[in-house]
Amino acid sequence: MSHDRGNATSAGNAGPGVTEAAASVHRSRRTWRRAMRRPPAVVGAVVVVVFTAMAVGAPLLATGDPIRTNWSQIRKAPTLAHLFGTDELGRDVFSRVVWGARTSMQAGVLSILLAICVGVPIGLVAGYYRRTIDQVIMRLTDAWLSFPFLILAIGLVTILGPSLTNATVAIGMAATPTYIRLTRGLVLSTAQEDYVQSARALGGGDVRMMLRHILPNIFSALLVQATVSIPGAIIAEAILSFLGLGVQPPTPSWGTMLNTAQQFLETAPWMAWWPGLAIFFLALSFNLAGDGLRDFLDPKDY
Amino acid sequence: MLDFLAQRVAVSIVTFFLITLIVFTGVRMIPGDPARVLAGMDADAAGLEEIRAKYGLNDPIPVQYFRWLTLALRGDLGESIRTREPVVKTVAMKLPITMQLAAFSLLIAIGIAIPAGVFSAVRRNTVWDLLANAVSLCGVSIPSFWLGIMLILFLSVRVHLLPASGFVPFFQDPLANLQRMLMPAFVLGAALAAVLMRQTRNSMIEVMSANYIRTAYSKGLAEWVVIFRHALRNGLIPIVTILGLQMGALMGGAVVTEQIFVVPGFGRLIVEAVFTRDYPLVQGVVLITASSYVLINLLVDVSYSLLNPRIRVKGSSDES
Repeated sequence: MSHDRGNATSAGNAGPGVTEAAASVHRSRRTWRRAMRRPPAVVGAVVVVVFTAMAVGAPLLATGDPIRTNWSQIRKAPTLAHLFGTDELGRDVFSRVVWGARTSMQAGVLSILLAICVGVPIGLVAGYYRRTIDQVIMRLTDAWLSFPFLILAIGLVTILGPSLTNATVAIGMAATPTYIRLTRGLVLSTAQEDYVQSARALGGGDVRMMLRHILPNIFSALLVQATVSIPGAIIAEAILSFLGLGVQPPTPSWGTMLNTAQQFLETAPWMAWWPGLAIFFLALSFNLAGDGLRDFLDPKDY
Repeated sequence: MLDFLAQRVAVSIVTFFLITLIVFTGVRMIPGDPARVLAGMDADAAGLEEIRAKYGLNDPIPVQYFRWLTLALRGDLGESIRTREPVVKTVAMKLPITMQLAAFSLLIAIGIAIPAGVFSAVRRNTVWDLLANAVSLCGVSIPSFWLGIMLILFLSVRVHLLPASGFVPFFQDPLANLQRMLMPAFVLGAALAAVLMRQTRNSMIEVMSANYIRTAYSKGLAEWVVIFRHALRNGLIPIVTILGLQMGALMGGAVVTEQIFVVPGFGRLIVEAVFTRDYPLVQGVVLITASSYVLINLLVDVSYSLLNPRIRVKGSSDES
């Protein structure tokens, strides 16, 4: 947890260039070899990249318009023209699944980003200053954590109104206390380390201490947590949309697609296959990548 | 001992009050006249006045909070806008259905996860262990509502093995009840089983490396005696804590599961309430869920400290 990757790369500017460069090549080769020792994690990471590409390149990849209805093509089984078949309004399911990746990735990544942006500073303050402010923050966090994740998200969407943005905000807010707690715990243990204590003795101010000395050292643990909480957020968005509390039609979302598909299970089961498989594979890959990343960043493993 | 109990109870009470504060603030954050929010869109002037008088909506906010809290503590969470029934009564009617579902899924989850986790830990790094881990990872990643839809597709639509949806009270027709509960309970239990299995495996691996287990083996005890009598007892301790913490996920999962299988429980109630903008009902359901979560975890911790003195020491040093 305590090796500082940011410094390791920037250190390349100093010192005699040749040996530094050689050492850096050696280091990155070793990193590469270590990464390759975990095939499931590598596969997970690759699939995550594929889904990201799908989300970014949706307009190029989609074979048809995800929203345009076609009354002559209603609930057609998969064919070459419509790889995943068509839905109850004659829309191309493949194109909708591709565009749905954008919705899911957006909701999954942005909500966790929001949770980090809110949770980490609060956790830093609680763990760094301790005493009363820590007590107040932690009691509030406990109370916040007592609301089951999904129930809290549903409650927040009720207040905010159903939309993709609001669902993202609601999921992010529901995930925030986890980051407050994690950050605080990490700060408590890191603040005791000798190097933090000596930086403090050299007269480092509070903000400098938190941002320069503590934050970089808890970064990898936060990264691992983010990787494993994104699949949860993706599934949460799908659930909210499935319940009709997230993305509103006609915008393609895997959750809303499954909601419609449930009504046509007997006549058009393909409508239920693909969006569900997409959520499953995306969540699975994030989990695989996250597990791998945790082992990878674990200093005990060197 | 008493210190620990008192401290634990005190923390729970503080948490409970903070929960009420959050729920109260949440409802006040809904845009519009709070009386209108609580009375519903089609309430007449008299209805609005009644709500204003009951909650003193012209008073300062803190006074309003205390009035609302006093009523809530007495079991008055207001009336549903749609049905005009008291919120507490509405919830109480739906709760047994969800509790049956939850109990069933808990049984299924424990029935799968504990044996699989123990087996996986004992046969660590074998093909079986790998397989169990893979299944568990898939269980965490599979969206429960999709699993539900797929089960309906295969077991109800294709082979007509189980009814796709609906609910029959247990005492009216036990067999029909169980038939309809099986799929939702499995869907709800699957995600929990995946989490529990991982925890059981980790916990058992740790316990199995303890000295007293080696002693038990070297005494010549049979493997199953060592595993089930010696290791599992200690190995289960963290599992029960995890189980308590997972109750939140179970309550959240019930919302989706009941929606798919049309089970008329607590989860369907909250979704209906959200759609009909029945704010008092949403408020009541959220408050009750969060409070029961706190209560369940308090009971788990307290029962533990009574059973195992080591927890008390560990628990109190973890606090602060």
